[in-house]
Amino acid sequence: MNRFWSILFAIVPLAAFVVLSMVCLKLVPLSTMGLPQPINAPGQSIDFLFRLVHGLCAGVLFFTSITIVWSLWQSRSAAGGTRRAAYIKSNLLLELAWTAIPGALLLWLAFYQMEVWSDTRLNQPTQIIGQETVAVPPLVLVKARQYGWEFHYAGADQQIKTADDVYIENLLVVPANRDVVLELESRDVIHSFFVPELRLKQDIVPGMSHRVWFNANPADQLEILCTELCGEGHYRMRARMRVVAPATFDSWLDAEARKNQPAEFQ
Amino acid sequence: MIAGRTTHHTPHTTHRKPKTENRKPHTDNRTLTPSPLNPFSTHHRVIGLWYLFSCLIWLGIGGLLALAIRWQLAWPWSNMPILGSWLFADSGGTITPEFYTVLFTMHASVMIFFVLIPILTGGFGNLLIPPMIGAKSLAFPQLTRIAFWLMWLAFGAMVLSFLTPARGAASGWTAYPPLSVFGGNFGTGDASGNRVAQAWWLVGILLTSVSSLLVAINHVTTILQMRALGMTMFRLPATVWAMLVTSIMQLLALPILILASVMQWTDISLGTGFFIPAEAAHSVAGGQVLLWQHLFWFYGHPAVYIMILPAMGMVSDILACFARKPLFGYHSMVWSNIAIASLGFIVWGHHMFVSGMNFTIAMSFMISTMLIALPSGVKVFNWIGTLWGGRLQLTTPMLLGVGFVSMFIIGGLSGVVMSVPPVDVVLHDTHYVVAHIHYVLFGSSVLGMFGAIYFWFPLMFGRLMSERLGKLHFLTTFIFLNGTFLPMHLLSRMPRRYADPYADSLAEFLPLNQWITWCAMGMAASQLIFLANFLWSLRFGILSQSNPWQSNGLEWSGVDSNAANDDNEPLEVFRWPYEYSSPDRESDFFPQWEKESDQPERNESPNGD
Repeated sequence: MNRFWSILFAIVPLAAFVVLSMVCLKLVPLSTMGLPQPINAPGQSIDFLFRLVHGLCAGVLFFTSITIVWSLWQSRSAAGGTRRAAYIKSNLLLELAWTAIPGALLLWLAFYQMEVWSDTRLNQPTQIIGQETVAVPPLVLVKARQYGWEFHYAGADQQIKTADDVYIENLLVVPANRDVVLELESRDVIHSFFVPELRLKQDIVPGMSHRVWFNANPADQLEILCTELCGEGHYRMRARMRVVAPATFDSWLDAEARKNQPAEFQ
Repeated sequence: MIAGRTTHHTPHTTHRKPKTENRKPHTDNRTLTPSPLNPFSTHHRVIGLWYLFSCLIWLGIGGLLALAIRWQLAWPWSNMPILGSWLFADSGGTITPEFYTVLFTMHASVMIFFVLIPILTGGFGNLLIPPMIGAKSLAFPQLTRIAFWLMWLAFGAMVLSFLTPARGAASGWTAYPPLSVFGGNFGTGDASGNRVAQAWWLVGILLTSVSSLLVAINHVTTILQMRALGMTMFRLPATVWAMLVTSIMQLLALPILILASVMQWTDISLGTGFFIPAEAAHSVAGGQVLLWQHLFWFYGHPAVYIMILPAMGMVSDILACFARKPLFGYHSMVWSNIAIASLGFIVWGHHMFVSGMNFTIAMSFMISTMLIALPSGVKVFNWIGTLWGGRLQLTTPMLLGVGFVSMFIIGGLSGVVMSVPPVDVVLHDTHYVVAHIHYVLFGSSVLGMFGAIYFWFPLMFGRLMSERLGKLHFLTTFIFLNGTFLPMHLLSRMPRRYADPYADSLAEFLPLNQWITWCAMGMAASQLIFLANFLWSLRFGILSQSNPWQSNGLEWSGVDSNAANDDNEPLEVFRWPYEYSSPDRESDFFPQWEKESDQPERNESPNGD
């Protein structure tokens, strides 16, 4: 019976190991694990981190599972035989090693990922106006509400929260290959702004104002998903998103501005 | 296998003649504890059994809720068989989106607050701590009873929440305000029902917290003050160490949950504004939305360890016993408990990487989260070290113990993946997280809990559970649990808590979700095998000797804790609980209570067995 149970305990880790190895070695795309192709540079760095940390984990999974399976397998005849179990209480060197090696790996990983984190979360993109370097102003004020998305575009004055804002519902169109900054606010409860292709997710907390940014390649069929429970209609709270050529974007926004309704915020 | 072992067992009991002569035969005295069916008893064993039965009932309820969730995710808006017409009569037998929210809220609440925490601490803690440390009872017998009845009061509050028009709390087990405080759809008139339901839910949580607090006080005092002669701290079995550390964690974490749930309750019922920002409509004050998340996760993350540490301890004892080997690295096992408990209090922010919390402080939460992987890793490696070179006896509890380790590795590693903030941003609030939590809480905690039931069943009822049914139960549970939760790792784009995700970009995930639901139904059906085995064995199981597994633990000494009152012969402990396969002895175990001279050395056959 030990052989049977050994094989049972081997199946799951080995299957996971094989899938993870193929994902990490790019033999199969990340969409195997549900993630679509990223459309921005940080998305690609995050994917690299994703593969890296899954690769490390796959290694640990393989090593530990094989040892467990082998322990079961080797004792298959022991139960009926006369061999006694080894009388080992501990092994300081071994214990230090299996604390220090994962510790060092994780510490390295911790520092290694910081650049991606600061790029995506801390360093808001800047632009040069005249002699000055200033932060790129928000292009759109995103207002989340139960159960939909409002997009208030900065109008001719290039500022959000002014009278000439252009209001669109449940469709976000942004220019490609340009630094886009969004300001996120909620009208009622907590929502979360998730665009899988941008590898971007940000909760939107009532009473707070959040900024997210990206610089994306053109893409047509994107979707914004709410990823924080916001009530019974949570699953319906989705909007379309398109990343289009800057010229197309400008003419689209002009057209929308001409049929502009007054913005309805605050 | 069992029959063979009981004959082997006989020699050592006869060596204890002086003790056994004074009493009734010890196979019987375990059933002689005062009124074993009296739920108002103050006896730790009676109340422990009541905890066990209650939590198994609640486990059934939580499981049915999970099946309803899975039904909706596989065949959205279709009539649910059997229960549908009864539960969802208003909507013609289909689950409404409102009720779907209730389902996952109550599933998590029941499983966490009414199954895992009480069965591990109140159930196994009450049952095992006194006999394992050689105490006659718990330190505060009245608290034992009060804590148990608070659990049923708490469950009553949950039922009241279900009986409101809203049919139960619907803001997730995390109950994030403002949704939980406003209730339902904001700004429309239909929210009041939800608010009442949420208020009752909070009362339920408050009562379970107070109950857990009483249990924790009782256990800490008992373990520190009431150990038998010779039972030093470093002779305590891993189970008791885990219970001690868990109880200390509860003492530190629960007051925060109690405080926070009172604050949320006053926000709902008295109109305060702790968690409602000044900007919100209906706001009366300038509260902080994120304050709840900090308070909740300051409790909530330690709670995850509260739900796994006792199982880890029990599995450690099971593995050592059936590997016939000393628990590898006993001291580092003890210290890793303490490290996990200490670090567990400074990692809560990893639930909040995308919450709007300061992005710089996320880095320190990342480091502490990675640090906590180290003591968890030490535990895994020590379990493997215990198995390595052992003379493994693959009984049902042992299979569940090995299953625990195997599943904990997967659940732990996906935790490491999510400790990296940029990666977590992608995975946060998707089904990848659902897979992670279920590998840890079902794959590990629940398997460990089942293992403990099979292992200590003879101690509780004087009978053994059927090994044949037990192995079948393990096999099917193990297969279906992986069939259910492993594929969820492939849903790292599908958000959680969607009543019907299958529009547009998420449509491709429907077939995989149907597969998951089939496996979940198989997993639920497998538990019927356990139920049958449990009930059958209560009545017809093989009568057990006092130490059927030839374990070293003091709980198997056969000395009933209450009978010990009379014969004035206190238990004495002579060694640690892991003296298995010592080269100096003929038999491969050396119980904690046996004196050195109890068993004469027989040097002529050093390996005889």
